[in-house]
Amino acid sequence: MNSGGATGETVAGPGGPALLTRASQAADRNFKYWMIFPAVLVILLIGLFPVIYTLIVSTQNLTMMDEDTTFHGLMHYRALLEDARFWESLLHTFIFVVVALPAELIFGLAMAYLFLERLPGRQIFVALLVLPVITSPIIAGATWRLLFDNRFGPINQILGWFAGEPVPILWTVDPNFVYPAILIAEIWQWTPFMFLLLLAALSNVDQSQIEAAELDGAGFWRTFTRIVLPAIWPVMAIAVLIRALDLFRLFDVIWALTRGGPGTSTETISIYAYVLGFQQFETSYTSAMAFLVIVILAVSITLILRRMEIDR
Amino acid sequence: MRADKGLGLTLRYVTAIAVTVVFLFPIYWLAMISFKTPEEIFAFPPVWWPESIQFANYAVLFKDGDVDTIWNSMVIATVSTVCAMFLGTMCAYSIARFRTGGNFFADWVLSNRMIPPIVIVFPIFLLYVQLGWVDTYVGLIVLYTAFNLPYVIWMMRGYIQDIPLELEESALVDGCSRWQVFMKVVWPMARGGLFATAVFTFVFAWNEFIFALVLTRSDVTTFPVQVTHYFGGQSNFWAKIAAMSMLGTVPIFIAVALLQRFLVRGISLGAVKG
Repeated sequence: MNSGGATGETVAGPGGPALLTRASQAADRNFKYWMIFPAVLVILLIGLFPVIYTLIVSTQNLTMMDEDTTFHGLMHYRALLEDARFWESLLHTFIFVVVALPAELIFGLAMAYLFLERLPGRQIFVALLVLPVITSPIIAGATWRLLFDNRFGPINQILGWFAGEPVPILWTVDPNFVYPAILIAEIWQWTPFMFLLLLAALSNVDQSQIEAAELDGAGFWRTFTRIVLPAIWPVMAIAVLIRALDLFRLFDVIWALTRGGPGTSTETISIYAYVLGFQQFETSYTSAMAFLVIVILAVSITLILRRMEIDR
Repeated sequence: MRADKGLGLTLRYVTAIAVTVVFLFPIYWLAMISFKTPEEIFAFPPVWWPESIQFANYAVLFKDGDVDTIWNSMVIATVSTVCAMFLGTMCAYSIARFRTGGNFFADWVLSNRMIPPIVIVFPIFLLYVQLGWVDTYVGLIVLYTAFNLPYVIWMMRGYIQDIPLELEESALVDGCSRWQVFMKVVWPMARGGLFATAVFTFVFAWNEFIFALVLTRSDVTTFPVQVTHYFGGQSNFWAKIAAMSMLGTVPIFIAVALLQRFLVRGISLGAVKG
């Protein structure tokens, strides 16, 4: 038995010696690398290769008509800086993130509090409320398209009851209503995601601490910010990060509801990249945009993660 | 005090029902449209529940062969889930027990999950044209496997770390090879985690739209892409949209309902230990 050496880097069992070390055979020594090899190969093929390839193509000048693979430097990046449609799509994406994310968080938290204490049939409620989350986003979009139909959809009908007269809102066409329409669909689908995670996190908060704080005369808000929030923060941070990343790539719901229209008014980065790449076949230009998005994303994620660690 | 508490419970109960109704209404509406006759779908004011439950809208999908897209989704989601689970659990075992690659490797794996599909779909498309993988099962299976791997590795690492080491150690002492330990000890022990993780891997592949939109033409069209084929200019084929959506959504609802207890850990990347 040889603990230590090339294969001795096993993790010791809790409280026990690292018996899981056996440096006898050569096959043993490379075992851990063979185990990660296939997964790494697949991830490299689909994760790293496209990014590098994107970078290379972005410095060439490929279009549908032209297969120009000579080096053009940063030509497309310079064009991107002056492309108002690109910056607008970035702005639209940003709007969806900063409106939908807090809304989902607040509604999700409110729902989590609603179901936190004992409630008969809670399991059934939770099981039903999760259904939007596991619906395909494109199907969710299609469903809301049926709901928002100006004539045969139920939403204008319901609004009409309150207004006392027929409401003829063109939800997916009228520039004043496309944002609310997309946001409603998006918030409907993902609030239950926040709800589920926050409910689990709230259930794990130490009740005795809350009771002690309340005995000391702390109000709901004070108890929440001092005791509950720090306790649920790790889960909340993950939930917010996952949703922020998902909203940043928002595509399906918009594709189903407006396809970026009217005009380009609801075009997100994903929609614009799709139009450029697969409808206008601007290969190199799309690649430059894709690479720029990767850089923007990498920088923001690094900053956010650092920020969250400081706050914790 | 007691009356006050009873009132609070009633109020919460009413609120809970109201919230649930609001969140379920879109799904209810979709289901009802799928059972309506064309006259009921295009009635004004809208019909809130159909006169009778009739399956003509579904029958059309079966007759025209549109349900083949459900089969395509089934093949692609199942095979890619099996691949991702197997390769991912191998990798997770290596990370969990040998700290292969250290923190850097674990973080790098997870960072791959953060890449927006739209950023890589274009080079993937060009690669697939070269490989002849556009509109083939293998193309989407490889893609979904790769896209799910970071998730599987991350989740399974957590589950494997929770398995006590003693069993693996005694199997080694008994003369098992490392591979046998993995297959005969770790794999069965991690079963609960495998199911939980596989559900979400499957749901991702089943629901995915943008890759499927770009990388399929007609042979392996998945059901979400098929639904968007019914959107068209002025006349939407509402009945088909609704019936096809129901066919693709109900199996997922049932699967997740059966695996309810794994749900929270699964969708939170293991942030909440269940």
